[in-house]
Amino acid sequence: MSTETKDQAAQAKQDLFAHAKAPINQKLTAEQKIKLYTDMVRIRKFEQAALQSYQKGKMGGFLHLYIGQEATAIGTISLTEENDHIITAYRDHGHALAVGMTMNECMAELFGKFTGCSKGKGGSMHYFAPEKRYWGGHGIVGGQTPLGLGIAYALKYRGLKGCCLCYLGDGAINQGAFHESLNLASLWSIPVIYIIENNRYSMGTSQARSSAYPEAGLASRAEGYNMEWDRIDGSNLYEIRAKVHVAMERARNESRPMILEIDTYRYYGHSIADANHKKYRTKEEIEDYQNNKDPISVYQQILVAEGVLDEDKIKDIDSAAKEEAKASVDFAENSPYPPAQELLTDVYWTTDNPGQHSNQGRMFFNDRLPWDDEYQA
Amino acid sequence: MAVITYRQAIKDALAEEIMRDENVFVMGEEVAQYNGAYKVTEGLWARFGDKRLVDAPISEAGFIGLGIGSAMMGLRPVIEMMFFSFVYVAWDQAVNNASSLRYMSGGKINVPLVIRGPANGGTNVGATHSHTPENLVANFPGLKVVCPATPADAKGLMKAAIRDNDPVFVMESTVLYGMEGEVPDDEDFIVPLGKADVKREGKDLTIVAHGRSVLMALEAAKELSEKHKIEVEVVDLRSIRPLDEETIIKSVKKTGRALLVEENKPYCGIGAQISHLIQRRCFDYLDAPVHRISAVDAPAFYSPPVEKVQLPEAPIIIREALDMLNVKR
Ligand SMILES: Cc1ncc(C[n+]2csc(CCOP(=O)(O)OP(=O)(O)O)c2C)c(N)n1
Repeated sequence: MSTETKDQAAQAKQDLFAHAKAPINQKLTAEQKIKLYTDMVRIRKFEQAALQSYQKGKMGGFLHLYIGQEATAIGTISLTEENDHIITAYRDHGHALAVGMTMNECMAELFGKFTGCSKGKGGSMHYFAPEKRYWGGHGIVGGQTPLGLGIAYALKYRGLKGCCLCYLGDGAINQGAFHESLNLASLWSIPVIYIIENNRYSMGTSQARSSAYPEAGLASRAEGYNMEWDRIDGSNLYEIRAKVHVAMERARNESRPMILEIDTYRYYGHSIADANHKKYRTKEEIEDYQNNKDPISVYQQILVAEGVLDEDKIKDIDSAAKEEAKASVDFAENSPYPPAQELLTDVYWTTDNPGQHSNQGRMFFNDRLPWDDEYQA
Repeated sequence: MAVITYRQAIKDALAEEIMRDENVFVMGEEVAQYNGAYKVTEGLWARFGDKRLVDAPISEAGFIGLGIGSAMMGLRPVIEMMFFSFVYVAWDQAVNNASSLRYMSGGKINVPLVIRGPANGGTNVGATHSHTPENLVANFPGLKVVCPATPADAKGLMKAAIRDNDPVFVMESTVLYGMEGEVPDDEDFIVPLGKADVKREGKDLTIVAHGRSVLMALEAAKELSEKHKIEVEVVDLRSIRPLDEETIIKSVKKTGRALLVEENKPYCGIGAQISHLIQRRCFDYLDAPVHRISAVDAPAFYSPPVEKVQLPEAPIIIREALDMLNVKR
């Protein structure tokens, strides 16, 4: 090794721990550190199980995997307090598990089962848990960005000290809705934090082909709106926590919005149906990230160095997460599909008072429903 | 005539029009280097290059608006919606600009624009990705909308749309892309906008349908004939607007019964429009009330077995037809 590369290696090692001393990370107990690690592993195992089930034909529709990006969801959501809220796009499994949704309800939703978090009505892109302040996965690119603004607006309106973490992809920054949201967020000082999960591609299109002036950093769009921004290494959980914490404190205390760009990578294609993904990215690029920047390995390395984790513990965590994921597949498989009648529930608001029902749109098959007795007979 | 897929038919139409007219270009997300999310444009970028096949960022309002502006200048853009559900992001451009520019300018401006892409449900992708907005598009005077159900119609309507001087929405059906059929090789083969097609002749009952529902209707018609000796006439609308009223009226006058099938939601749907047409023009000829089948009136359901119940399938059409003819099931 030349001195120069030695220095670089030492520098890189130092960087790995650079944010361990941030106050928000220093406060972590060994137990909490292990929990953060475990939660990342749980996301990965959940998704690997989902992938297998998809390949076996157990579910329909889309499956957008989050594998490679785990540190973002866990790093950011672990910082949330009672008045902080979360909203994301269609690549939503990681955030869902991070807010505490169970693997069972998430897996069952993928299988289209009645026990799924959205009763089988939403699928992979549409997980919701408002009781956990998780306002869901959203299927239209950029469509969630004004919603995140609105959630934060409501916090400010009510005088609550909190913020909204609104996640989006690097492709979504080119949607008009996002730019309108930025202007309003800054103009009205709304405590919303836009987190660009920059995995370098929107489907098969690299940033260089979709965003003007990518060299400046996508988050630098903030400058035109007089908003602060920062860039974060998405493979380093401590760095994510350190920097996002600063943004959240500012949002909570000063009600200022911010854009954070987290550099990350997705290992699989855009969705499982993306047969092209080996064409628009090289094998070397994927392997380089997997070997050198995998967020789980990086954090594992840190925790081993800190003496918090050892071989045995790592294995235990791994197999427990695998077991949990496997159990969720069994749960999903053994759950019933929704009855056809579910087609008509949740369309409009309903109450126990029939006079107040607004479920008025019941018009199809000449006012007959496909499951009516008279019709079936 | 060659037997090709619906997907190939659209691709051929695009390629032929790109070659025929230098003003034609295709723009959309992943249409060029990625070859199209549904592979409709596969190979076209390699053949025609960056100028004619343009990859756009995810900014529907931007590139649909761009399409309208460039069409005002005489270009003939074909804008791909990766899913028709995403047209709503650019709805303002489509309905405030594309539909009204000609009118507002007293006929001074034309917008020869095509917006095309896959629509409809049936692929278990949930409420945001399963829209069937042809009834909405048809609601705006100034816009035209067609829904091909066969490869030949897909090619002929696409070419007619590109050559048309008004904004035309061509709504393809995701589930039909792999379907094969005979398609004329003639480079000037077009299917005129506003012409319905009788896909099967019959005397007992008229089914009016469009898009994927046509296939369901044909499947039902076959079984009704084989099992019940009922001869159904299937009218494929092809164009939702302009609507071929005369073909519908002629058929209903002949059979005395009309069953309207669509994958749209029923409320303010196309069936309502046609039902009104029939009562106005064929009232004295009717032997039964007009019946309608549509999607169940709710946002698209994700779970595969339930979504299947939501959409009109052949067995439902058969049941409804037998009821209309008072045949015991
Ligand atoms: C309005 C709209 N246009 C297009 C799509 C199709 N689409 C879904 S995801 C996607 C790529 C988005 O990329 P990015 O925002 O970078 O997120 P990532 O997939 O990288 O997480 C596209 C084009 C969509 N869902 N909504």
